[in-house]
Amino acid sequence: MNNPPDIAQDPAEHEEYAHGVHQHVSRYLIVGAILLFFTLLTVALSYVDFGGFFSWLFHVHISPKTGGKLNIAVALLVAAFKVSLVGLIFMHLAAEKRLIYRVLIFTGFFVLGLFWLTYLAWYDPIHL
Amino acid sequence: MEIPYTISTRPDTGLWNAKIGIWLFLASEVMLFGGLFSAYVFLRLDAQPGEWPHGLLNVPVGTMNTAILILSSVTVVLAWAALKMRRYRAYWWYMLATILCGIIFLFVKLYYEWPQKFEHYGIFIKPAALEKYEQYLGNSRRTEKGMEPRIEISGHLHNPEALKDANIKEYEVGLDPVYVDPNNPANDRPHFLYVPPTDHVATIEKEDVARVDSFGPWHSAYFASYFTITGLHGAHVLGGVLVFIYMWLPVSKKVYQRNPEHLANRVEVSGLFWHFVDLVWIFVFPLFYLL
Repeated sequence: MNNPPDIAQDPAEHEEYAHGVHQHVSRYLIVGAILLFFTLLTVALSYVDFGGFFSWLFHVHISPKTGGKLNIAVALLVAAFKVSLVGLIFMHLAAEKRLIYRVLIFTGFFVLGLFWLTYLAWYDPIHL
Repeated sequence: MEIPYTISTRPDTGLWNAKIGIWLFLASEVMLFGGLFSAYVFLRLDAQPGEWPHGLLNVPVGTMNTAILILSSVTVVLAWAALKMRRYRAYWWYMLATILCGIIFLFVKLYYEWPQKFEHYGIFIKPAALEKYEQYLGNSRRTEKGMEPRIEISGHLHNPEALKDANIKEYEVGLDPVYVDPNNPANDRPHFLYVPPTDHVATIEKEDVARVDSFGPWHSAYFASYFTITGLHGAHVLGGVLVFIYMWLPVSKKVYQRNPEHLANRVEVSGLFWHFVDLVWIFVFPLFYLL
């Protein structure tokens, strides 16, 4: 899943190269179609009552509030899948240079730290 | 002196300058949007029962806009591939398609989705008066079912002059469908298609009203975060479109003629930005429109 290499100057090699890029093009089109499909799936799933479904499946009582949380979890899972497709294929993160990964590891660390601060504030709120 | 590594890669990192630059920029963008999404989660978790609205946005229109952004992500990556294959004509068309997608997205947001919100009103009922408007709210059934109560009646305000005139003692609201038939289970979840306010007009006395607001950022924490995040996202779309227009104009053809790889690199980094904008929207869409 490498990026297409720089174009060859030799016309004979160029034929082979153009064929390689052509394969990438079909991959981009397939990923685009998958993303569109999953967009429709997200919409459809948001109208499914997961609370009701799981309480029917496991014979347990699930409150509407918990059911709503299940819907949030499902929607975020689908979104995470779509985002990883965009990142890996469109943004070429499937095969990128080491320095870029290092930058992203730091980004991930700090953004999780940010969410952790939110969690702390929610866990131990200030009551005025 | 020519700047090194604008086109060729640096031997030790294997990267050219702009590639590093755009990823560092995107890292800061992750923090920016991360902070806002963090605020969204915080506000939502802390919302009192009934205070976090659901189903107020137009789902089909949002779905269409999501599809348009995904489509533009595909066309921009195809534009880049066309440059790599030295097909400038194809590049030009793909770039035009990307620009048009961005403009349609912004147009729908600014001229269709947002203005509607400012003409739609929500009337928050004082807790003590909720019982009085039970026929519109259907709260006894909701409490029985373990659902959050309704504390607001929304729709088209027939007498907007009542907002300012203290002599007018009540609001007349053309009700949104859910308040006409509040006990219908079909109204427990938002409708897929947008249904405009009905002809059924309810009279709500001002003394029972906690506050009245249109669906602007002042309406609730929900709309405040909606307008902040989609506004900032829209500004990013606008920025991307402007950059793409520059790369599509004849001025960039000169860059291509001098060295095609240079333009390809420029399209690659602006494409990375564009994919990031798409990526943010992939989270915005379910969080605000669907959940």
